[in-house]
Amino acid sequence: MSLLDIRNLTVEFATASGKFRAVDGVDLSVDKGELMAIVGESGSGKSVSMLALMGLLPWTATITADQLSFEGIDLTKISARDRRKIIGKDIAMIFQEPMSSLNPCFTVGFQIKEALRIHLGLNRKERHERAIELFDQVGIPAPESRLNTFPHQMSGGMNQRVMIAMAIACKPKLLIADEPTTALDVTIQAQILDLLLRLRDEQGMGLVLITHDMGVVAETAERVQVQYAGQKVEEQPVKDLFRTPRHPYTVALLNALPERATSKLLPTIPGVVPGQFDRPKGCLFSPRCQYADDLCRSLPPTPHSAEFGKARCHYVEKIIAGELA
Amino acid sequence: MFGYFLTRLGMFIPTFLGVTLISFMFIRVLPGDPIIVMAGERGMTEERYQEMVEKLGFDKPVLQQYWDYLVGVLHGDLGESFVTKKPVWDEFFALFPATLELSICAMIFAVALGLPAGVIAAVNRGKFFDRALMSSALVGYSMPIFWWALLLIIVFSGNLGWTPVSGRIDLLYYFPSVTGFMLIDSLLSGQAGAFGSAVRHLILPTIVLGTIPLAVIARQTRSAMLEVLGEDYIRTARAKGLSPSRINGLHALRNALIPVITVIGLSVGTLLAGAILTETIFSWPGIGKWMVDSIFRRDYPVVQGGLLMIAVIVMLVNLLVDVLYGIINPKIRRR
Amino acid sequence: MAELSAIPPKTEDRPSALREFWYYFSENRGAVMGLWVFAAFVFCAAFAPLLAPYDPTEQFREHILQPPAWQEGGSWAFPLGTDPLGRDMLSRLIMGSRYSFFVGIVVVCVAVTGGVIIGLLSGFAPKWIDTMIMRVMDIILSFPSLLLALVLVAILGPSLTNAMIAIAIVFQPHYVRLTRASVLSERQKDYVTSARVAGASKARLMFKTVLPNCLAPIIVQAALSFSTAILDAAALGFLGMGAQPPTPEWGTMLAEAREFILRAWWVVTFPGLAILVTVLAINLMGDGLRDALDPKLKRS
Repeated sequence: MSLLDIRNLTVEFATASGKFRAVDGVDLSVDKGELMAIVGESGSGKSVSMLALMGLLPWTATITADQLSFEGIDLTKISARDRRKIIGKDIAMIFQEPMSSLNPCFTVGFQIKEALRIHLGLNRKERHERAIELFDQVGIPAPESRLNTFPHQMSGGMNQRVMIAMAIACKPKLLIADEPTTALDVTIQAQILDLLLRLRDEQGMGLVLITHDMGVVAETAERVQVQYAGQKVEEQPVKDLFRTPRHPYTVALLNALPERATSKLLPTIPGVVPGQFDRPKGCLFSPRCQYADDLCRSLPPTPHSAEFGKARCHYVEKIIAGELA
Repeated sequence: MFGYFLTRLGMFIPTFLGVTLISFMFIRVLPGDPIIVMAGERGMTEERYQEMVEKLGFDKPVLQQYWDYLVGVLHGDLGESFVTKKPVWDEFFALFPATLELSICAMIFAVALGLPAGVIAAVNRGKFFDRALMSSALVGYSMPIFWWALLLIIVFSGNLGWTPVSGRIDLLYYFPSVTGFMLIDSLLSGQAGAFGSAVRHLILPTIVLGTIPLAVIARQTRSAMLEVLGEDYIRTARAKGLSPSRINGLHALRNALIPVITVIGLSVGTLLAGAILTETIFSWPGIGKWMVDSIFRRDYPVVQGGLLMIAVIVMLVNLLVDVLYGIINPKIRRR
Repeated sequence: MAELSAIPPKTEDRPSALREFWYYFSENRGAVMGLWVFAAFVFCAAFAPLLAPYDPTEQFREHILQPPAWQEGGSWAFPLGTDPLGRDMLSRLIMGSRYSFFVGIVVVCVAVTGGVIIGLLSGFAPKWIDTMIMRVMDIILSFPSLLLALVLVAILGPSLTNAMIAIAIVFQPHYVRLTRASVLSERQKDYVTSARVAGASKARLMFKTVLPNCLAPIIVQAALSFSTAILDAAALGFLGMGAQPPTPEWGTMLAEAREFILRAWWVVTFPGLAILVTVLAINLMGDGLRDALDPKLKRS
C-alpha cells in the first residue's frame, strides 16, 4: 500500500463567469520515503491539487476524487476534527513564500511550539528543547535566541528554514514542499534543497516536491509527474524522463533547459497555459504544440500505459520513434 | 520604537501649531467686530471700547497677537467667556468629565458589541448571521443619530417610561462633584438610588452616541478579518492542523486588530462630533452642548477655546493610537 | 487581456469590463435595491413640484397636527398627516429630497474636484510641498467634521449654502489623502515608468496615465460622502445652523418638530425615516460599487 494515493482528483473553482477547473482528473501515488516531483508551469494546477489534499482551499473550491487516501484512510470521508489530527502531524506542507507564510504577530518560537503542544502534547520545557533541537536540525544558528525573533526580522532563507522546522516538528510521514526555493536567492536554494533531501533520508518520510524547475528535478527526484493546465500529461522515473520524454510538453520543457541548449538562443515554449476563457477543445497543449494537427485540436487525448509514461498525447509512438522530434 | 515615537511627536508639533493658528484666526475672520458683538444691545462707550481693544490685544501687529495667543494657550489661558466672564479653560475642565464619561461608555458599548460581531460575521461569511449583522451595521452606519435619539426617547421614555429624557441624574440627588464622573460620584455619595439614577440617565445617550462607532467597528473588524483570513500565514496555521477557534481567535484576530485599533482611535473624532448632537438632545451638560450654546450666544472666546481643546484632544488620542499601534504591531516595534 | 484572446481556439469570451462590473454589482442584491431607491430619490428630487400635492409652505390652519391617513382622525387629503403649522407632510418631504440631493451633489463635486487636484499635485510635487499639503490636511482632520462645519457656519452665517461650503471643506482632506495614496502606489508601477520613458509630459502623466487607475477608490469614497454630506447637512439643519425654516429640509423639519415628539409621532418619524432610507440606499450602493471596483475583494 502506498503512503499517499490519489485517484482522479478534480478541483473546480466557482468564479464570476462560471466554473473553472484548476485540476482535472489527476492521479498521484507516493510511497514511504519516496521523492516525487510534480513539474509544470504556473497555472498548471500543481499546488492546487496538494492544497486540496491538505484541505486548504477556499470555500469557492469543489473537490471530487475517486480516492484521496493517506495510509489507507480516505481523507474525504473523515470528519474535520479527525482530519486535523493527520494534517500538520503526519502530513506537513511548506510553501513558496516564506516571508508571508509565517504570522507576523508572533515569534517564530511561539509558532513552532504551538504545533508541538497541540499534536504531541509536550510540556513547556519539552517544547522548548524540541524547538531548539529542530532549529539546530534545519541549520539555524544560535537557535536559543532565534526562537524569540519575529519573522520580519529574519531573511527569507531563515524563514524558510523555520517553516521546514515547523513542518517536520511532529515527524511527518509525508512532506509536501510547494516550490520551496522559488522565492529565495540562488545560493540559498541549493542549501534548502539539500536540507530537504537530508531530512528525508534521516526521517524516512515521503516527499512531494512541487516545482517548475527541471534542473531541481534532475538533481533530486526519483519519480516525476508533469502537469499541464490541470492535467497530468506524463509520469516517469526521473532518468527515463530525461532520456526519453514521451509528451511534447515534456520535450519542450527539457529543451528549454540552458544545459541542453544547442544554439545561442534558448528555445522557449510560445504562448501561456490556457486560462478560464481560452481553454481549447481538444488536447489542452495543442495551441502551443509544434506537432499539433486537426486531430489534436478536436479530440482530447487519453493517457497511455505506464510503458509510454502515461503520456496524454495522440502521437506518443511517433515521438518515441523520433519521427516527430 | 523610540525613533518611531519621536517621528510621531515630530508630526504632532506642526499640526498643533496649525490648529492653534486656525483657532486664532477664527475670531479675526468673523464678520463684524467681536467687541461690538460682545457689548450686545447695550452698546459701549468709546473709552470702554478702547479698553477692550487693548485687553484683547487687537491694537498690536497680527504676528505679535498670535505669539501672545500661543503663549497664553501654552499657559492654559484661553481667554474669558463673554457671557459668564469665567476663564474658558476652567469652564472646559468643569464640563469635560461629563463628555468623557459619556464617550467612554459609548466606546465600551461599541467595542464590546462590535468586535465579537465582526469576528463572528467574518467567520460565517455569507451565511444568514453574517448578512443579518452586516445589514444592521449598515443601517446603524446610515443612522441620523439625532433622529435615532428622538425615536428612542419616544419609545423608552414616552411609551415605556423606563428612562429619563435629559440630564445626568435626578434632581432630588445632590452631592459634591469629586471626580466629575457621575457614576463614580453617585457611588461615593452613598445615597440610595443615586447610582441607579445615574445609570438610567446614561443608557440612552450611550446607545445613541455608540451606534455609529458600533457599526463602524463591526464592519471594520469583519473586513479586516476577511482580509487576514486570506493571508498565507493563516494557510500555514491551517496546515498545522490547528482548530478553527484557535486560528480565528488567535492567529487571525491578532492581526486583524491592528487596523481595527486604528479605526477605534479615529472614531474618537466621530464620537466628539456625535457628542455635539447627543448632548444637545439629552441636555447633557458636556462640551458638545456647551459649544453649541456658545455658538448661538456668539460667545466667541468659548467657541475659539473649545475648538482648540477638542482638536488637541483628537490629536492626542491619535498620537496615543499611533503609539499603541506601534506596540501591537511587532513590525514597527522592533524596527 | 487582449494578447490572451489572440490565441486561436477559445470557447468562452472574457466579459467586457463594464459587463463584468455590472455582474459583480448586480450580484450584490442590496446594492441593486439601493440603486432603485436612489433612482426613486433622484426622480422625486427632479420632479418634486409635480409630485407634491400641495405647496410645501402652504398652511392649512384647520388641519393642524392631523395624523396620517391610516390613523384615526387622518384623511387621505394629507396622507402622511400635517405638521404643527398645518403644512402637508408628504409635500414637504418630497420637496425636501431636492435639498438633500442638491447638498449631496454640490458637496461631492466640490470636494472631489478640489481633493483630487490637490492630491495629484501632492503625489507628484517635490517632497517639501507634499509634506506641507499633508500637514495642512492633518490639521483640518484634527477637528471633528461636524464641529468644524458648525464653526464655519457660525462664521459664515447659518444657511444651506454655507452649510454646503463648510461640509465640502471638511470633506476635502479625505480625497486629498486617498488620491495621494493611490498616486504614490501607482507611480511606482512599470506602466508609469514606461509612459515616462516614452516622454509623456508631467500633466499627461498625472491626468491621463495615473489618474484613471486611481479612480476606483475615489468613486467609492464619493458615493459614501454623498450620504455623509446629507447626514451632516441634516444635522446642521437640526441644530439650527443649516437650512432655515420654513425651508422643508429634512433636518430642519426635525428640529421644528422636536417639541411635539411625544404628542405627534409622525412629524418626527417621517423626516428622519426619509434621511435614513436615502442615506442607507446610497451606502448600499457604495458598498456594491466597492465590491465591484475593488479587485482585491473579488472572488478569484
